[in-house]
Amino acid sequence: MNTLIFRTVAPFLTALMVLFSLFVLLRGHNEPGGGFIGGLIAVSALAIFGIANGIAAVRRALWFHPMAISAFGLFIACLAGLMSIFFAVPFMTGLWITPVILGVEIPLSSVMLFDTGVYLVVVGSITSIALALEAGDDA
Amino acid sequence: MAESPADLSAALLMTPVPTADWLVVLPPAWCILAGAVLLMLRKSLHLQAWLAVPALAILVVLDGLLLRHVLANGPVTMVMGRWLPPFGIAFTADLAGVLFALAGAVVALAGAVYALADIDGSARRYGFYPFLLLLMAGVSGAFLTGDVFNLYVWFEVLLIASFGLITLGSEPRQIDGAIKYAFLNLIATTLFLVTTGYLYGIFGTLNMADIAVKAAAGRDSLPLMTLATLYLLAFGMKAAAFPVNFWLPASYHTPRIVVAALFAGLLTKVGIYALLRTLIMLFPVEREELSFVIALAGTATMIVGALGALGNSDIRRVLGYVVISGIGVMLAGLSLGSPGGVGGAIFYALHSMVVMTALYMAAGLVGRLAGSFDLNRLGGLYGRSALFSALSLVLFFAASGLPPFSGFWPKVMVAKAALDIGAWWLVAAVFLTGFLVTIALGRVFALAYWRPAPEPLPATAIPASLLLPLAVLMALTVAFGLFPEALLSTIQAAAQGLSDPSAYIGSVFPGGT
Repeated sequence: MNTLIFRTVAPFLTALMVLFSLFVLLRGHNEPGGGFIGGLIAVSALAIFGIANGIAAVRRALWFHPMAISAFGLFIACLAGLMSIFFAVPFMTGLWITPVILGVEIPLSSVMLFDTGVYLVVVGSITSIALALEAGDDA
Repeated sequence: MAESPADLSAALLMTPVPTADWLVVLPPAWCILAGAVLLMLRKSLHLQAWLAVPALAILVVLDGLLLRHVLANGPVTMVMGRWLPPFGIAFTADLAGVLFALAGAVVALAGAVYALADIDGSARRYGFYPFLLLLMAGVSGAFLTGDVFNLYVWFEVLLIASFGLITLGSEPRQIDGAIKYAFLNLIATTLFLVTTGYLYGIFGTLNMADIAVKAAAGRDSLPLMTLATLYLLAFGMKAAAFPVNFWLPASYHTPRIVVAALFAGLLTKVGIYALLRTLIMLFPVEREELSFVIALAGTATMIVGALGALGNSDIRRVLGYVVISGIGVMLAGLSLGSPGGVGGAIFYALHSMVVMTALYMAAGLVGRLAGSFDLNRLGGLYGRSALFSALSLVLFFAASGLPPFSGFWPKVMVAKAALDIGAWWLVAAVFLTGFLVTIALGRVFALAYWRPAPEPLPATAIPASLLLPLAVLMALTVAFGLFPEALLSTIQAAAQGLSDPSAYIGSVFPGGT
């Protein structure tokens, strides 16, 4: 698989797929998509990058350990649920704010924060499995 | 949402939620939060323990506050995302659930302190503390949820965390134990899931309060007997009841000793709790039909456990069988179904959580002092440390059910409830088991502690962090053995709340169903 063409295309493909995964994540609130499927797309992007350039390159590009990314996702997902304690509504109730930034109204919600958490959990955990499997291949 | 024209009050909870009700979801949420932080700091080995022990202490406090809240106000419910049951997922804490959750948190805190000295750098790097916190998230969630499918999810959470814990260190022996453990537990969980799918097909609801109401209304036309039997098998396997108990002795002697201690204290009791919840609260009439089968299984579990404890020479295996014999007593209480029987089962489960954890911890100290777990080679521990020997002897007596320790009262409750319906053979089995377990543990004491050492033991120091949790757990069993009144009345109220769930149902559906 490690041809010149593949190695040249892989970074662009990875960038495009990660961008698309973010699009799927944000689209997920009202239309098909969401954190889980978006996370899986991001993981396939990283897997392609890993096949082309080796797992060391992926680890360098991620900067954080995949397990730490996953743990951070779990943390913010849980925090998104706990935020409603300040509004006298039950755990995990959706809360909304719509700040106006540069004249555009941007709806933000605790649901989106939760979904981002799911995205990071999926990215982190599946990436660490994928990297471990690819590393096992070399040995 | 306020300007929406539709009437939302039929689907959503519109009244403000008192902050105290948050205690229902905080135990699992707190564990997940703390577990996530520990996972992020996986590389900071020194921080791990110093974060995990306070986090578990806070969990104990949260469960304690929840117990106080439930004692004062009856069962408390919180619905997720303000969606009303039966469609929204509800967390409902009643006395039985909170008592189990609190005992579990105490055991986990003791385990975390014990692990300060017992878990070395490599196992910490592998993630002992994050796994422990996630295990506690699963355990607390299972005890506090009011939704059958949600119960399944928490079972999965604690199962995955336990897979991580049992393989800490990745020795071949551990992998062997882990495979047996994982395979049989996955079968039980799958059976649980299949049964829950069937239950959803029958009732169209997963909320426990709703199921209790609908089961009572449609008892004549619904196949509830099948559901009850399937749950009995699935949770019986989790609880290590005969004849599906063989996974426990095959796996509990392989992990690190503190992991075995936590498993012995927590995991089988989650199975017992689920049995109580389903068979006593949801399907009481069907349990009545099954009571002879449960009583037979319980008797066999007691006897098999006691004989296994007598027949093994590895201390950890002996203790594994003592866990099983205790499960038999709880099943005997479950089979009776009367308030005394159910109360006895709950009391015995709480007692067993504390005592079995402490016993495994003591076994860990034996291994540390004498360098072996083999009764054929051990000896001279009494000469090495009289204090530790005294602690161990108290725990041995407590596990055998001798007065004045905490194991005595639940056995009396179960025996009395059995005598009330004339099941003398069940009483005989309970006391025969107590006798056999006394002999088995007496044998451990005579051989490992009293017998002079073949060669003098090396002068290993006992770290205070190993002795302290052991002493605290022992103090608990002595305290509840000597002064059982407060706990007894709480447990009787808990058993009452399971047999007559009207307060539970009222908490989930304040406006009636």
